[in-house]
Amino acid sequence: MNSTRKFGDPILAVNNISLSFGGVKALTDISFDILQGEIRAIIGPNGAGKSSMLNVINGFYQPQEGEVWFDGKLRGPLRPYEIARQGIARTFQNIALFKGMSTLDNLMTGRITKMHANMFWQALWKGKAENEELEHRERVEHIIDFLEIQAIRKTPVGRLPYGLQKRVELGRALAAESKLLLLDEPMAGMNLEEKQDMCRFILEVNDQFGTTIALIEHDMSVVMDIADRVVVLDYGKKIGDGYPDEVRNDKDVIDAYLGVAHD
Amino acid sequence: MSPMILNTIEVMLNGLMTGVMYSLVALGFVLIFKASGIFNYAQGVMALFAALTLVGFQSGQIPFSHLINVVFGTDYHNWGPGMNAFLAILLTMAVMVLLAWLVERLVLRHLVNQEPIILFMATIGLAFFMEGLGDMMWGANIKVLDIGLPSGGSFWWEDVTRVWATEGSDYYGMYIDVLDLWAAGIAIVLVVALTLFSQYTKTGRALRAVADDHQAALTVGISLRTIWIVVWSIAGFVALVAGIMWGSKSGIQFSLSLIALKALPVLILGGFTSIPGAIVGGLIIGVGEKLFEFTIGPLIGGATENWFAYVLALVFLMFRPQGLYGDKIIERV
Repeated sequence: MNSTRKFGDPILAVNNISLSFGGVKALTDISFDILQGEIRAIIGPNGAGKSSMLNVINGFYQPQEGEVWFDGKLRGPLRPYEIARQGIARTFQNIALFKGMSTLDNLMTGRITKMHANMFWQALWKGKAENEELEHRERVEHIIDFLEIQAIRKTPVGRLPYGLQKRVELGRALAAESKLLLLDEPMAGMNLEEKQDMCRFILEVNDQFGTTIALIEHDMSVVMDIADRVVVLDYGKKIGDGYPDEVRNDKDVIDAYLGVAHD
Repeated sequence: MSPMILNTIEVMLNGLMTGVMYSLVALGFVLIFKASGIFNYAQGVMALFAALTLVGFQSGQIPFSHLINVVFGTDYHNWGPGMNAFLAILLTMAVMVLLAWLVERLVLRHLVNQEPIILFMATIGLAFFMEGLGDMMWGANIKVLDIGLPSGGSFWWEDVTRVWATEGSDYYGMYIDVLDLWAAGIAIVLVVALTLFSQYTKTGRALRAVADDHQAALTVGISLRTIWIVVWSIAGFVALVAGIMWGSKSGIQFSLSLIALKALPVLILGGFTSIPGAIVGGLIIGVGEKLFEFTIGPLIGGATENWFAYVLALVFLMFRPQGLYGDKIIERV
């Protein structure tokens, strides 16, 4: 993607994040930011700390050092569900869906934090709750159309093939209408055609809904095509940060990916 | 009809009624197992504790009065004449919610991400603790629970069925306890209410989400702790209903927590994750054990009701380990 796209202020900034599990250092002194409206990629070889970084952003891990700024405010030690309510949605590398529910129900559950009607009216299934339900339904149907999954609306997602499950998971994350969308290897394990579809969806989400996206990806060629800026991690340290073209030609990055002997 | 057939029908009917009682207890197990994967050994004791508390409130007993009297040399037993059943039920429910909150705060919170067996052991501990607590708070004597539900044989049903018998036989009509009919009615209402709640409310949706996948539930903004408190409160409510029905039927005694273990074969039959399964499983066990006792029992010396349910469950485990309605267990290797 060209570097002439204009973005807003940082929606998220991590400063000097360090995370360790016992004696193992997963992340060391990582800092970068994500600008409003951009597609930011985090890449790196296996075990580089990409998923750990995502888990820090969405609150599954609490870093020992460093700070996270989200939406202009310094974030305290919040729980994952609180962070989700603040407007960060995510998908997982190995898919975490409500497997017993239909596609439609999965997406509706993605909107659960947006549902406000009080318990009494819901129990009576009337008035405000009904209108709200309709409104949520409308939004969700829109996403279903957008992701071209009309045919599987009523299918329990546990029965769907892998590629479609990934798409439903993206749909559920979209349903939350978050300010920041984290995608953990959205194309892992997909065939070429599925990858192209997913790329298209990611670009269209960013374009049509203006959603800021941070994604982890293994496939370098894909990343270079769709990301606005790229962070490169290796052994828990940041070794590169910039536009795809800069990163592609960076010596450290090439070394990390090609495995040059260090002396 | 010959009296023989009528007797068999009577046995089956009473089996159904017993089954409803088993189902009521099994329901509590299913709710917690679905939402958190914990087999809550303490469910039976929760029913006992709820019933004890209800009678305590109703009769105006002072909690821990025995302990207070021993420590301070006083002689307090009652704070007053007691209160009406409705108010006592509401207060008991409040106690069960408080209990749910305490369980989350003091037990579950510290065992997040532990193996299911660890959580199971914790509930065994909880069961013993609550049995002791109930004993200390309200005393160990057998109590009568009466919240005004009618009981005794139904004369109407006796009259209706008496004429079914063939002319000339001295058939006296079928016996069915009105209290059992009430229990059946209440169980139906309870299941319908639970189903509506889980299908059509935001909290119900969150409950189903948590039951399905913890991680995914967190990322859509559902607080696991809140849901656990809700689930344990609902299980406490079901325990209260079960405690009321069991207590009204046979008095409140500490063996109630052992009867509750009959829920285990019920769950093996119905499946640990299915509410309809708990109901159907309970009915099958209830009818099965009564019919077995009636037909085969006399041939082998009787008292088959103690073990029939467990043997049936064993047979089931061999052919359908996930139960009638449970999720099929597929492990990818």
